[in-house]
Amino acid sequence: MSAMQKVSGWRDWMVWPVCAVLLVLAPLFFSGSFALALLSQMGIAIVACLSFNLLFGQGGMLSFGHAVYAGLGGFVAMHALNTFSAGAGWLPVSLVPLCGGLGGLAFALVFAYPSTRHAGSSFAMITLGLGELVYALTTLLPGFFGGEAGIAGNRVNGHVLGGVSFGPAIELYYLLALYTLVCALLMYLFTRTPLGQMLQAVRDNPQRVASISYDPQRVRYLAMLLAGFFAGISGGMAALHFEIVNAEAVGSARSAAYLVFTVLGGTAHFAGPVLGGVLMVLCTVLLSAWTKAWLLYLGLGFVLVLVYAPGGLAGVLAQHLRLARSGRLLPLLPWYGALTGCAWVALWGVALAIEMLYHQQLHAASGSAFMFLGLALDTATPGSWLTALGLLLAGGLPGLWVYPRCAARYAQAHAAAGLHAQSVVARGVW
Amino acid sequence: MKQAPALALQALHKRFGTTEVVCGVDLYVQAGERVALIGPNGAGKSTLFNLISGHARPSSGFVHLHGRSITGLQPFAIARLGLARSFQISNLFPQLSVYENLRCSVLWSLGYGYTFVRLLGSLRDATERTDALMERVGLTAQAQTTAAHLPYAQQRALELGITLGSGADVLLLDEPTAGMNRAEAEHFTALIRSATAGKTLLLVEHDMDVVADLADKIAVLVQGRIIAFGTPQAVRADPAVQAAYLGTVV
Repeated sequence: MSAMQKVSGWRDWMVWPVCAVLLVLAPLFFSGSFALALLSQMGIAIVACLSFNLLFGQGGMLSFGHAVYAGLGGFVAMHALNTFSAGAGWLPVSLVPLCGGLGGLAFALVFAYPSTRHAGSSFAMITLGLGELVYALTTLLPGFFGGEAGIAGNRVNGHVLGGVSFGPAIELYYLLALYTLVCALLMYLFTRTPLGQMLQAVRDNPQRVASISYDPQRVRYLAMLLAGFFAGISGGMAALHFEIVNAEAVGSARSAAYLVFTVLGGTAHFAGPVLGGVLMVLCTVLLSAWTKAWLLYLGLGFVLVLVYAPGGLAGVLAQHLRLARSGRLLPLLPWYGALTGCAWVALWGVALAIEMLYHQQLHAASGSAFMFLGLALDTATPGSWLTALGLLLAGGLPGLWVYPRCAARYAQAHAAAGLHAQSVVARGVW
Repeated sequence: MKQAPALALQALHKRFGTTEVVCGVDLYVQAGERVALIGPNGAGKSTLFNLISGHARPSSGFVHLHGRSITGLQPFAIARLGLARSFQISNLFPQLSVYENLRCSVLWSLGYGYTFVRLLGSLRDATERTDALMERVGLTAQAQTTAAHLPYAQQRALELGITLGSGADVLLLDEPTAGMNRAEAEHFTALIRSATAGKTLLLVEHDMDVVADLADKIAVLVQGRIIAFGTPQAVRADPAVQAAYLGTVV
């Protein structure tokens, strides 16, 4: 096609080697064992969220039970690891995630059939039901699921291939990074195949798909097999990383997390779930260590994103990237600065109030005074509450003045750059 | 040996509950013929189209495509046998670009099916056919525009393009020029005529200029029955038609 398309195509492909280099270099900058664990978990979450978005963003299938495939893949991978550790046959540890993928695929072969007979809310309800069903099975089939404790394993099982035992975290990191990159690339390539294209067509208009010779149900089924496969790989990666899989891995909370973070990342862009996966680890590992109220913050953030930026993080970034390219981003920056300042101050006010309420409810026995991020607070004195209220007002009131003006200028720049007529759906990675 | 008609409807009935919408339609469209189906609103024209294309199941009766029964088959199975239809209300893939919309429509007939081991960019025949199709319906300049953002007349052109994409030789067009102004309709009629040359055509149309321009034969459907079928002159002269249709509408 046109020369312009070729250029943008070239830019799209450049993303992959750049990502590869970043993944190789990341441990140089994040070298602690905790940082490496975070990076590994991000890889796991990225593969899971990408596979979720293959259904949701690409296929319009809202799954409330995606953890079923990731979790069951994890169990299969763990059983495979343990079987081979016990000396039956021989399997390189590096292929354990692939076993998880095949496990996820095998379960998808069965479960996807009832699920994909319908689209829309029926699909969502069936996935919800299947999720609950599989979670209930975890207590009924302790042989496979290991009951409450789950199934543990040891990735250092004496089989050393080429001097790599996967004992040290750095060796595992590189294995998981490789899986993440290859899975992401394969899922990206999928969007550019006939089936991947027809999946988007089915999302948009299944009736028309049928009138151009494709069976929409078959397209959905095949997509779900692929999603199950990649979800299973992420489960297998998690099995290697945590060396334990338990019922939580197939539970509805995990399914909801894939959904929430994929939406936060942005479903209309291929890079959205990647950002979502990173965010998932930052929230579930870091934010949850900081504050007991992390789910409340997450919920607030989720609602705000849905209301003000339904395209998610990737949508916001992509829009501003386009604005920047058309040279209209610069005049907006002071407004963004002001808005960020206001929001930051107001957020402190909200956070202090939330933390004091949580402290009152959960730790009242340990006294009314406590520390939060280096601030001494006391739920018994009005001073702390007034501080919270003061910060909220100090940030919120000017914020109420700044926000509409900032939004208007954004809309102006957006229209002037001619972006309104452009697709909200990205063609490439962005 | 006489060739089987491209499209044959025999004693076709469709009931919704107690209401009979299509009451025993017989219609034979020979290969290469262009037939306009006209009739007042609610005569059952769209229902008849749905029965032919598989979007609705007949209560009784038969539909044959080139002598082969397609009665009760799924829409995708009928499409694979070489029947393509357009819709009265544009039925596009709104979030896909014009180019992608058209490319979707050519994939099956080129044999790519559900494959996910070939990249679309490497399918030269699909690219060529899509480019030609885009040229033919006059949307080359809009290649990268999302279907949802096209102006109405261009959405109709895209609708036609998707219908033509499979290369099917029997086409059902449901009010292709509906909602267009005079100039657009004239331009579009010429486009339909050139793009469907040599194909079998059954079209629903209200605009009698378009009908006169495109059709060799006219079938008049009133209250679920074909009351006249023949050349435009013969149909115009038919007293039953004048009484039931032309007399009241024109």
